[in-house]
Amino acid sequence: MNLRFVLLLALALLVAVPLSLLAGRVWINPFSPELQNASVILVQLRLPRAVLALVLGAGLGAAGAAMQGYLRNPLADPGLFGIAPGAALGAVLSFWTGYASAPWMLPLFALIGAGGAMTLLALIAGRGGGVALFTLAGLMVSSLAGALMSLAISLTPSPFAMSEIVTWMMGSLADRSWREVWIATPLTLTGLGVLFYAGRDLDAMTLGEMAARSLGVEPLRLQALMILGVGLIVGAGVAVAGIIGFVGLMVPHLVRPMTDRKPSSLIVPSAVAGALLLLFADCLCRVLPLAGGELRLGIALSLLGAPFFLRLLLKMRRGMVA
Amino acid sequence: MSFGADNVTVAGRLDGVSLNCRRGMITAICGPNGAGKSTLLSVIAGLVKPDAGHAVMGGRPLTAVSLAQRAQWIGYLPQTPEVAWDVSVEVLISLGRLPWRGAPAAETQAAIEDAIAAMDLQDLRHRPVSTLSGGERARALMARVLATQPGWLLADEPFASLDLAHGLALMQRLRQQARAGKGVVIVLHDLATAMNHADQVLVLAKGKVEAEGPPEMALSREVVSRVWNCPAHWLGDPGERALSIGAPAPLAVDFRQQF
Repeated sequence: MNLRFVLLLALALLVAVPLSLLAGRVWINPFSPELQNASVILVQLRLPRAVLALVLGAGLGAAGAAMQGYLRNPLADPGLFGIAPGAALGAVLSFWTGYASAPWMLPLFALIGAGGAMTLLALIAGRGGGVALFTLAGLMVSSLAGALMSLAISLTPSPFAMSEIVTWMMGSLADRSWREVWIATPLTLTGLGVLFYAGRDLDAMTLGEMAARSLGVEPLRLQALMILGVGLIVGAGVAVAGIIGFVGLMVPHLVRPMTDRKPSSLIVPSAVAGALLLLFADCLCRVLPLAGGELRLGIALSLLGAPFFLRLLLKMRRGMVA
Repeated sequence: MSFGADNVTVAGRLDGVSLNCRRGMITAICGPNGAGKSTLLSVIAGLVKPDAGHAVMGGRPLTAVSLAQRAQWIGYLPQTPEVAWDVSVEVLISLGRLPWRGAPAAETQAAIEDAIAAMDLQDLRHRPVSTLSGGERARALMARVLATQPGWLLADEPFASLDLAHGLALMQRLRQQARAGKGVVIVLHDLATAMNHADQVLVLAKGKVEAEGPPEMALSREVVSRVWNCPAHWLGDPGERALSIGAPAPLAVDFRQQF
């Protein structure tokens, strides 16, 4: 049943990707390609954008599934570890110092920020490997990075830099090129591999930390795998697209009822469904007519995500969460 | 010593406790609330690191055995087991096979089927755990431990929410494990069950060993009255004992003397 579900999602992707290439400010009619620079638009603008949406969506979906499994909480999200704010802080610093205009520098700064957050997280969480302490450490890293980011913004030398920072933080795939694809893809794929490898340990966590240990799970090892897997995915995502929320929260939820609900069974379907969701959301951003340019992807997803989150909370309140 | 605890101390909970469990035997750990029973069980399961002394398996410190190997050898049922996701009974039980990574699929399936049959879960195997009653859930969680087919089975209050028939079935299953040369260690609240079914009993109070040995000795009337601070005596014949608590006659005398 699980396999059939994944195949179905993959089939939907197969249909959605070509369609997404046609949609945009300029619609491309595949049957009468009279448009002069159609091939340029396709290959240089829309294809890298679509690939990026697939890669980031897959990463965030899978990272969400793994996080929920690890924390044994359906409300967990890859953002909880504070790695995204860490990466964002790095990016903001690149704007602040003016390096952002140089090629590769913004993603590099963001990745360094993500790496710093991961290191800090590992250092604070310490040797015990307990989940509660780890979550608190994530919260602390997250608020520290957030505070430093606000500080950097408030001290920005020029209003232009500030507006650049603010726009960038909203998250978008607009004007991304193959360069971003080359940065994000290997990191995300490595992260996906790590999380997939952690699947069995995450299954054991279903029974609680003590029982998981009695089933052979080494808490520190699992914690390291989670930091590495989620960190690579989230760090790469923020580096190339800014902060994109809610995918990691929503997707595992939508997917869970279609599986046997074990965390490991969720990782691959969540990756495929996450890719689909981000592709769809990005198309929506491109197509919606908006005066000042396009709708930012981060905003679109938050607008979709907030009602979803509310529904989830109401459902939990009634004690019938999936 | 093949399995157990060697002079184990856990600050505030256990004070120099030794326990020698033997294969082929059912060992019961008894004691009043807060005696350290569950702590001792998690120490010998290798889940709580003692401040002094050590847990032992196969004659060497448990810490010398790899976590993966421990997981195959020791099955552990916690006192308050949790199930984070609403998986089916069958999926829950299959988690017990996690330590046997790479085992043949047929072997895995056979172990799961055996555990399902042992806990009488055939009709419930596809039900989500959230729809189970307390007792049904307890059976499913016990089956998860049985599915591991461990050499040592450690369970904290496994009978607590089982009805009579399923309690008896579990006891028979544990006895069968012991006869097959495996070891069984259970924390028991019900002293009559310990008296009638255990081969050896360890009585703990306030983190110290109060008595140990065959049940008729370790759970003698004197020990029970002293440790549980409650007048008690055993009724019936060995093997089908019942515990009577309270002391009606002397109390009545005291009552009259007050007036």
